[in-house]
Amino acid sequence: MVSLRDIKSRISSTKKTSQITKAMQMVSASKLNRAENNAKTFVPYMDKIQEVVASIALGSKDVTHPMLVSRPVKKTGYLVITSDRGLAGAYNSSILRLVHQKIQERHSSKDEYAIIAIGRMGRDFFRSRGANIALEITALPDQPSFSDINKLATQAVSLFSDGEYDELYMYYNHFVSAIQQDVTEKKVLPLTDIASSNKLTAYEFEPSAEEILEVLLPQYAESLIYGALLDAKASEHAARMSAMKTATDNASELIDSLTLQYNRARQAAITQEITEIVGGAAALE
Amino acid sequence: MKTLKVSIVTPDGPAYESEVEMVSTKAQSGELGILPGHIPMVAPLQIGAVRLNKSAGKPDLVAVTGGFVEVRPDQVTILAQAAEAAENIDIERAQEAKTRAEGRLNDNREDIDRIRAELALKRAINRINVYEGQV
Repeated sequence: MVSLRDIKSRISSTKKTSQITKAMQMVSASKLNRAENNAKTFVPYMDKIQEVVASIALGSKDVTHPMLVSRPVKKTGYLVITSDRGLAGAYNSSILRLVHQKIQERHSSKDEYAIIAIGRMGRDFFRSRGANIALEITALPDQPSFSDINKLATQAVSLFSDGEYDELYMYYNHFVSAIQQDVTEKKVLPLTDIASSNKLTAYEFEPSAEEILEVLLPQYAESLIYGALLDAKASEHAARMSAMKTATDNASELIDSLTLQYNRARQAAITQEITEIVGGAAALE
Repeated sequence: MKTLKVSIVTPDGPAYESEVEMVSTKAQSGELGILPGHIPMVAPLQIGAVRLNKSAGKPDLVAVTGGFVEVRPDQVTILAQAAEAAENIDIERAQEAKTRAEGRLNDNREDIDRIRAELALKRAINRINVYEGQV
């Protein structure tokens, strides 16, 4: 039989834990709010750059650029966006599982792929499996600005241009709503699926379409990576928020059942005492 | 007089938005002045200043780090990875960045990326110039 004191101390420690998870839930909620705003301010930039890229790449058929052309794939780059810390439910594990599975399917040797890791969880996962990590960045702020990721994005794009790998995939959690985040695979390079949203504008190019693509395409690819990072950050905060909410709910359930157990034990103790007194009095008669 | 709608957007959000009479900036092929009614055009920009002439008062200045300009008859959009209007420039940070870049270039070590350091120096000088209005 568990003693009253044991139950009491379990109740109080569970209460403390639930206070922490509750606080973490509220912190994540406010971070999620700001992350959503960040993603919103990025939209006009992305829309515009997409429009111009589509106009040039699809408008003039005779224009080509290495970044638009698929070449035979000898090596593949995988850019994996995870969080630095855990306590975010299945946020990291679902991404890592997908990437791991894809790699197992596509490649037979470690020389055929390289990992670009954003976030400590992903880096540690691939490092412990001995994968080749080409680039890594950890400890990004919760509200990253473009300058935080600029260097990594530029390097990731130039590794493609230099022929280090021949295609680049990106894996991240796409933010759907506060309770739903979808693991997403996206091909970044070569830029084969440029969506044309509305009617294309016929531009004059100064000095020439090729030279503009030279500037524009890397900038476009970098902004794709930044966009994914913003999306992933929003998902991370949302995932952490719901994980902490579940933890808080579980804690209060646990406290309820422990309190019930405590009361029962207390009552049993009282009943036993009364029985003993009554028994003692009866023996005296 | 006719005006143009100008917006300067960066990945971190819009940096400048206004109606102006003329936009002048430095494209990679040289100085570029845009008036309302310009044919649609796209041009990459140098690290430099964008001067925005309004109907009254002094022209606005914005520092941009490259990127490109998209022109339409009634609208100009500048897409840059970073842009700061003159009044928003943190001059101390710019000075620090300049000193740091100069130090790196003067070190002459093998392991530094000279092109990166030169670009950083250019950006810092550009910000300082825009802040002081010397363009």
